Amino acid sequence: MATFEDVKDVIVEKLGVDADKVTPEARFVEDLGADSLETVELIMGLEDRFGITISDEDAEQIRTVQAAIDYIGSQQ
Amino acid sequence: MSVTGLRRVAVTGLGPVTPIGTGAAAFAEAQRAGRSGISTITHFDPSDVASKIAGQVDDDLSAFVDPREARKLDRYVQLALAAAELAVRDSGLTGEELRGERTGAVIGSGIGGVKTFEDQAGVLHSRGPGRISPMFIPMMIANMATGHVAMRYGATGPSSTVVTACATGTGSVGDAARYIQLGLADVMLAGGTEAAVTPIAVGGFANMKALSTRNDAPQEASRPFSASRDGFVLGEGAGVVVLEEYEKAKARGATIYAEIVGYGTSADAHHITLPAPEGRGAQVAMRMALATAGVNPEQVGYVNAHGTSTHFNDLHETQGIKHVFGAHAHELAVSSTKSMTGHLLGAAGAVEAIAVAQALHDGILPPTINLTDPDPLLDLDYIPEGAREQQVEYVLSNSFAFGGQNAALLFRRA
Repeated sequence: MATFEDVKDVIVEKLGVDADKVTPEARFVEDLGADSLETVELIMGLEDRFGITISDEDAEQIRTVQAAIDYIGSQQ
Repeated sequence: MSVTGLRRVAVTGLGPVTPIGTGAAAFAEAQRAGRSGISTITHFDPSDVASKIAGQVDDDLSAFVDPREARKLDRYVQLALAAAELAVRDSGLTGEELRGERTGAVIGSGIGGVKTFEDQAGVLHSRGPGRISPMFIPMMIANMATGHVAMRYGATGPSSTVVTACATGTGSVGDAARYIQLGLADVMLAGGTEAAVTPIAVGGFANMKALSTRNDAPQEASRPFSASRDGFVLGEGAGVVVLEEYEKAKARGATIYAEIVGYGTSADAHHITLPAPEGRGAQVAMRMALATAGVNPEQVGYVNAHGTSTHFNDLHETQGIKHVFGAHAHELAVSSTKSMTGHLLGAAGAVEAIAVAQALHDGILPPTINLTDPDPLLDLDYIPEGAREQQVEYVLSNSFAFGGQNAALLFRRA
């Protein structure tokens, strides 16, 4: 089960943002400033960390921290 | 206007990031002291390479590059950003003065992001192409130092990247000066950068037998023009200079370290790594640099040599200097600052342009250190005794590259 803290670690590492900005509601692009390449890095980072594969179609729907947590939970 | 009908080019900002010092003052002081920046490699475990020594930059770069931003930048770009910031601060130009299409950037690299390449090649072999980082290409490609410097300062004018191996730094400064001479820009951030102290690069150069293996005496390993020289010592670092149209620089009261008056480039068209006999291609570049400025060889007081400490470079460069300068070759001072810094590849010529600007401005010629056993075939005045107080009017700076590419810049005292 992916916890908020686990996902936050990956986000902080891949996007280089302050940990306190990473809230469940935070949007990767609008709130955390991810550009298109960083978004790909983040998805690959989540795949590595949680041992899952995220299709491009699914990745496009993962726009917030909570959406990432929910998606990972559904795949594990 | 100069005698050539071209606009004049002033050097007004110096940004060295080198194994012997970061920032103009530290770099000048180290040259005067004749200090070596060579040590046993610590960037990786060098046990399995023949050459275990290099010139590394140990200064903290976080003052110039935010550590978070740094994660997405190969070291070669980080070094360039540090050098550019130092040069800009030194010039006194404001962000407002720099922004816009009258400012350009030419920041070359001999190799580009080789560490990034090496790391991602490891990912490729262990996990396949599907796991290559999306940042791999933008971190690795060799034009990114120019790109990031232009982005940082909003420099939307002339932009290019020189990749002429060990002649890169000199070619970058020369090409940038041309943009100003021709009226296409008023300010150029110009230089070179390299971060190749990595296993794949050291392994490659070492297996060419190009590198010194004087592993037990690192500080004595870079010994240009000596009888016992046994190859170059790899160095990392960056050099960026601010170039400005002369009259504008003068009008704003800038410190003008030197003027760039001539530039020549040529090809040996001979061999992938060996210089042409008698420095034939090098002679073409040196003569072109003099001719573009309308300067006679006898007016030159100092040559900052390519001086790599390899058998062939130092031999053929010396021969080439003798052909270009004739009897005056023995009146000239010639030295290799690589004796102190090691060979910074694509950054070398830019760092040496800074050394030359300081030599002209301060009236102190940098030495060739470690020249304790002169090669009997190499009989010029290489300044072996230590830094020399001497005011000269014109200085030629040479850089020669694998691939047979040559570049030479001619500087005048401001």
